[in-house]
Amino acid sequence: MIWNEHAECMDREQLLKLQNERLRNMVSRLYYNVPFYRKKFQEAGIDPGDITGIHQLKDLPTTTKQDLRDNYPFGLFAVPQSEIVRLHASSGTTGKPTVGGYTRADLRIWSEVVARSLYAAGVDKNDVVHVSYGYGLFTGGLGIHQGAQKIGATVIPASGGNTKKQLQIMHDFGSTVLACTPSYALYLADTMKELGMDPSELKLRRGIFGAEPWTEEMRREIEAKLHLKALDIYGLTEVIGPGVAMECEHQKGLHIFEDHFIPEIVDPNTLQPVPHGQVGELLFTTVTKEGMPLLRYRTRDLTTMTVEKCACGRTLARLNKFLGRSDDMLIIRGVNVFPSQIESVLLEMSETEPHYQLIVDRVNNLDILEIRVEVNEAFFSDEIRQMENLAKKIKANIESVLGISAKIKLVEPKTIERSEGKAKRVIDLRKLVD
Amino acid sequence: MLLKQLSVFLENKPGRITQVTKVLDEIGVNITAFNIADTSEFGILRMIVDNIDVALQALKAQGFSVRTTQVVGLVVPHQPGGMHQALEHVDKAGIEIEYMYAFAYNSKAAVIIKADDTQKLVEVLSGSGYHVLQEGELIQD
Repeated sequence: MIWNEHAECMDREQLLKLQNERLRNMVSRLYYNVPFYRKKFQEAGIDPGDITGIHQLKDLPTTTKQDLRDNYPFGLFAVPQSEIVRLHASSGTTGKPTVGGYTRADLRIWSEVVARSLYAAGVDKNDVVHVSYGYGLFTGGLGIHQGAQKIGATVIPASGGNTKKQLQIMHDFGSTVLACTPSYALYLADTMKELGMDPSELKLRRGIFGAEPWTEEMRREIEAKLHLKALDIYGLTEVIGPGVAMECEHQKGLHIFEDHFIPEIVDPNTLQPVPHGQVGELLFTTVTKEGMPLLRYRTRDLTTMTVEKCACGRTLARLNKFLGRSDDMLIIRGVNVFPSQIESVLLEMSETEPHYQLIVDRVNNLDILEIRVEVNEAFFSDEIRQMENLAKKIKANIESVLGISAKIKLVEPKTIERSEGKAKRVIDLRKLVD
Repeated sequence: MLLKQLSVFLENKPGRITQVTKVLDEIGVNITAFNIADTSEFGILRMIVDNIDVALQALKAQGFSVRTTQVVGLVVPHQPGGMHQALEHVDKAGIEIEYMYAFAYNSKAAVIIKADDTQKLVEVLSGSGYHVLQEGELIQD
C-alpha cells in the first residue's frame, strides 16, 4: 500500500527538480538564520546564491554530532524558540544529549513520513498498533504514535517495560501491529514461551522494528516466533526520528523519503560521493525541516544505496542493510553508547584508571554490556566489601550517564589488551550484520 | 606486635594461584599461612610469608596488584573452647573482626585476624595473657 503516491512514486526527474528547489530554499534559510552555517559557508567561500541544485551538495560543508554538541542545546535551530513546539533528545556523549527541535510543520512532516512507513508495511486504519518503543525524549514512541494516528489506526501507547502486562494488553486489545526494537520483539517472544502462550493466541500480523541494527537471521526468528511479517524502519533524532526510511512488503531495502531527506553515500575520509552501489557513509540533508535543518549530516552508518524502481512501485532510493559504523558508537538496547562516555566516567572517579574494555553480547535476545576495569594498587583493597563497593559505584556512575545498566568486572592490571599502545576498547560479540 | 600480610588481587581464572606460587617458589619465599577470599568475579589471596619485601617486589614486577596489610597473629590453646574464649575478649572490647583464618604454628593452633582496630586488638589479647605472634617468630628453621 502507498500512502502518498504522488511523493513516493514520483518520476525521478521531477523528484530531482523538487529536491533542487527545496535545497536552494534550505541553503538560504541556513545562511540567514543559523550563524553556525553562515560561518561555514563564508569560510568555504560559498554564497547561498551559488547553489542551484543537489549536484553541488558534495561541495557544501557537512554537519557532525560534534557540531550538535558544540552548539548544545539550541544553537543549530533556524527559527525562534517561539516557533518550536516540541523537543526530543537522544542519549549523547559525556551526558549531553543530542537535541531535536520541531516546528508545527516539522511535526506534520514527521507524521507524514511515519504514515508512509506504516502504509509501506501494509498497516492501515483497521489495524491496532501496539507501540512498545519508549515514550519520552526518545523519538521512537511518539514518532510511531503520531504516524499511526494519522493513518487512522487504533494506537496503544504501551511504551517500554512490563513485558507480561504488554502481552496481556496485546492479547486482550487484539493488537495487530507491534512496533519496538527487534531485540525487544524477541524478548517478548521468549516471555510468551515462558508463560506458555502460543503466538496464535495473538492477532499480530506486522512488526515495525528499528532503532538498532539487526540481521536477516533475527528477522526469520522474529517472524517464526511471533507469526508476523517483520519490517525494518530507520531514523535518527538528528534527522527527524523514525520514518526517515522504511522497508516495503517486498523487503528489498529501505525506501528513503527523498522529498524530505536527501541521502548521499560518501567516502568517510574525503566526504565525496562513492561510485554508485559502493559502500560508504550515509549523509542526510533535511531539506524541508524548519526547526533544526541539517546540511549533509553524517550518520556514521555505513551502507549502500539502490536507485532502481522497486516492485512496489516506489521510485524512491533504497538503503540496503547497514554494514557497520564509521565511528565507534555502539547501539545497546536501542541506546547510543560511545566508549568515550565510559572513559570519562572512569576518569572522573579518582579510584580508577581509564583502562577498560567493553564486551557487548546478546544473551536471550537482550543486549548485555560488561565493562572490564583494571584494578591497580591505588584502589586495590584487601577487603572484599570495599572492592564490591567500588564495582557498585562504577556501575551507578555509568548508569547515570548512559541510562543503561552494565555489569562491572574488575580485572587484574595490564590484562586488557593494548594494541600498539592503544587498548582494544570494544569487543562486540553480537551478530548484527549478515 | 603486628604482622604484615601480603594481599594479591586475582581474577577468577584457571591457573592464577599457581602463577603466584610460582613467583614465590622462584625467589625462595616460604608461605606460612594463606587464605583466599572469593567472589563470583574475583578473589583476594592473602598470605603470611617469611620475606615479605622480596615477595612484594617480585609480585609487583610480574604485574600483580599487591598490597600489604597489618594483621594480628594469635596463638590459641588447641582445645575445646580455646578459640571461643579468645573471641569473647575481642567482642567485649567492641572490636569488629573483618576476616580471620587459621593455620598451624608448630604444633599449636594459630589464627590471623584483621580487625577494624588492629592496635587495640593486640592490646586486648596481650592484656588477657594470649600469645600474640611477632614478626620474627614465624620464620622457622
